[in-house]
Amino acid sequence: MKEDSLNSGRVQKAPENFLTQSGIKEVFAEGKKGRRDFIRNAFAAAAAGATVPMAMAQGNPVPTEGGDPNILNLPEHATGLGQGVAAEGYGKPSKFESNLQRRQSPGLTQTTQASVSFAPLQSLFGIVTPSGLHFERHHQGWWDIDPSKHRFMVNGMVKKNMVFTMDEIMRLPSVSRFHFIECGANTAVDWGNVAVPTVQYTHGMLSCSEFTGVPLITLLEMAGADLKNGKFVLAEGGDGSSMTRTIPMSLITSGEVIVAYGQNGEMLRPENGYPLRLVVPGVQGVSWVKYLRRVEVGDKPYAAKDEAIHYIDLQPDGLHRQYTNLQEVKSVVTTPSGGQVLLDKGFYNITGLAWSGKGKIKRVDVSTDGGRNWRQARLETPVLSKALSRFNLDWVWDGKPAIIQSRAQDETGHVQPTYQQLRAVRGTRSIYHNNAIQSWLVQENGEVKNVQVS
Amino acid sequence: MSRFRNAVLALALLAVAGVAVAQSNKFSGVGREATPKEVAKWDIDVRPDFKGLPAGSGSVAKGQDVWEGKCAQCHGIFGESGEVFSPLIGGVTADDIKKGRVANLTRSDYPGRTTIMKVATVSTLWDYINRAMPWTNPKTLTTEEVYAVTAFMLNLANIVPDNYVLSDKNIAEVQARMPNRNGMTTQHDMWPGKEFGGTTKPDTANKICMKDCTPEPKVASFLPDFARNAHGNLQEQNRIVGPQRGADTTKPEPKAGMPVAAVTPSAPAKPENNEAKTALALLNKHSCTACHGVDKKIVGPGFNEIAKKQAGKTDYLIGKIKAGGVGVWGQIPMPAQSLPEADAKLIGEWISKGASKQ
Repeated sequence: MKEDSLNSGRVQKAPENFLTQSGIKEVFAEGKKGRRDFIRNAFAAAAAGATVPMAMAQGNPVPTEGGDPNILNLPEHATGLGQGVAAEGYGKPSKFESNLQRRQSPGLTQTTQASVSFAPLQSLFGIVTPSGLHFERHHQGWWDIDPSKHRFMVNGMVKKNMVFTMDEIMRLPSVSRFHFIECGANTAVDWGNVAVPTVQYTHGMLSCSEFTGVPLITLLEMAGADLKNGKFVLAEGGDGSSMTRTIPMSLITSGEVIVAYGQNGEMLRPENGYPLRLVVPGVQGVSWVKYLRRVEVGDKPYAAKDEAIHYIDLQPDGLHRQYTNLQEVKSVVTTPSGGQVLLDKGFYNITGLAWSGKGKIKRVDVSTDGGRNWRQARLETPVLSKALSRFNLDWVWDGKPAIIQSRAQDETGHVQPTYQQLRAVRGTRSIYHNNAIQSWLVQENGEVKNVQVS
Repeated sequence: MSRFRNAVLALALLAVAGVAVAQSNKFSGVGREATPKEVAKWDIDVRPDFKGLPAGSGSVAKGQDVWEGKCAQCHGIFGESGEVFSPLIGGVTADDIKKGRVANLTRSDYPGRTTIMKVATVSTLWDYINRAMPWTNPKTLTTEEVYAVTAFMLNLANIVPDNYVLSDKNIAEVQARMPNRNGMTTQHDMWPGKEFGGTTKPDTANKICMKDCTPEPKVASFLPDFARNAHGNLQEQNRIVGPQRGADTTKPEPKAGMPVAAVTPSAPAKPENNEAKTALALLNKHSCTACHGVDKKIVGPGFNEIAKKQAGKTDYLIGKIKAGGVGVWGQIPMPAQSLPEADAKLIGEWISKGASKQ
């Protein structure tokens, strides 16, 4: 990389006035040549510039050469021939974006096949998670399954046990809907105290996609399911773990549960269940069974491993809450967030994500003083049910320490709790369903830290 | 003439049949009835009321044999190991078995929670072992082996005696002795329906307050300095353009007032190492990584450790991969691996050259 491209983000702080000794010499030399306009403009710029550093440093000050070399020296890409079409049959992100990766949290798991990787929320825009950065949770490794050999079965309390090929499922009337998926254990490591540095690791088991597929109710009706007595549906994966989870029939009859094959305009990624997964809006990710091979209609819940040993929430009295499926109202500021450095004082856009398993987000408030005073943030469109919503708020950083928080409210009126409120009911050993308000401390040196406040 | 009439009649019958199909199924031609054989192969779930449990039995003694051959590598001889997965056995008492509540779960100072401390339903153990174990060869245990392994685990937890034979006939008696059988509740509002009764009131009731809501907040918890770089260099985990950069956590935190780090190197283009990529894919394919980390010990040594000790010894490594062994790295044996010669060769060469990740 050329030296000048390294400095493109923010240049060093400007000198006292904008003219160095050599610059002043140049100005006077030009003056001797009689170019008075040049001198007038140069000093006017310096005078205007001189007032700025007192208040705020200028992000991109005018260099002594009289202009930015990135403007003055035309780069190769402005003076040469670029690359041809289809150089990449499936396009990739810019090479300058290679810092955006889903990442493992060191020490969290011993194997990579029963593990998680976290989405880089700190660098994402809008509400859609790029499919290649979607968080991963595998229980027994992931597979890339031949869709022509994948089958889907419906059995149990049905008039007729049925099987479908992928061809057949994709022939049926489809719906496309945006929904968030969040692991029930998202933010689990911070239940007791701060344990990880960035929003990628605190909140990165969260993604949002447009999913395309067939409402599960359509397939159950085709099989003549007993929708009255069949109160529970078991969903089962076709991989080694054959993950099973009990799904509420009420959510299926509402039409919300989808047997999905599409994600963000393409097929599901293999890490996300290609070719078929269940989409259970508002419910924690473990119920969104990947490599879905079967659903069974039953009159009782199933107490599968991941609802009888894991994904149960320990309460202070020693009881475990079982079948805790809903992801309650939650939000987080993604920038500025932990592990980032603000480049200077001045204007910033505080931005973040809000979501609720109970419906739409109604409002989000943001505090920059650790929860004492709040301002209402702008909710950007679209605001969709059980999907991520993006919020923004103008902010001028004065260079002093600031503690940034966000607080969401959903359409049922439920307001995101503080850590104190949540711990008062659930203690600190629940592991799952931590939807507390997150705090980021912006320090005087510009570094942002994950903190909890009392 | 009569042939013509028959043809017309056949057409009419077809039309009638078509109407009938359309009425019963508007998505005609999509899906078919599953055969009993197909359903039997896939419908393997076992419910807490033991619906779905196949007839059969297995002894604690038989379970111990299966355990030592197929389970102990990951879970430890007594199900106590936490090296690969959370410990399975431990933490329950005779009193728990009597009451059906595990007392240690009420203690905040009790380290860890084992499977047997948490699980309320014995069906869950049977179902999960049957569908997903052993980890690298799920669904390969016989029905007898699943009963036996379940019996052995229950015996390790002192729920059944040494001479017990678990079967579909007596499993309900075992359920009545499960240490945490009364340890679950569905009285919460986090099931999105009324199937369990539950409650409809959320746990918390925060209010929208906008001004002077709290006293001056104090920072109560933050990451200690020594953990600054524990998640890798955060500078490399943030975009190189925009309102902020990632903090360079390889260096101590800058003091306040210092100009903040402004220059972030542009993304370096790393040369692709295809050999490493292929080797890593093979390690996953043959489940090597279940026991060996690329840069850390799991059950067996990390590939980085092997590469250090056996640098350049390609043939030796290929031989070890195929034949297995014990004693070089500890007393947990590595079984012989059956994989194609070419794959073993590639992995052996990759290790001998340093087991580089990329």
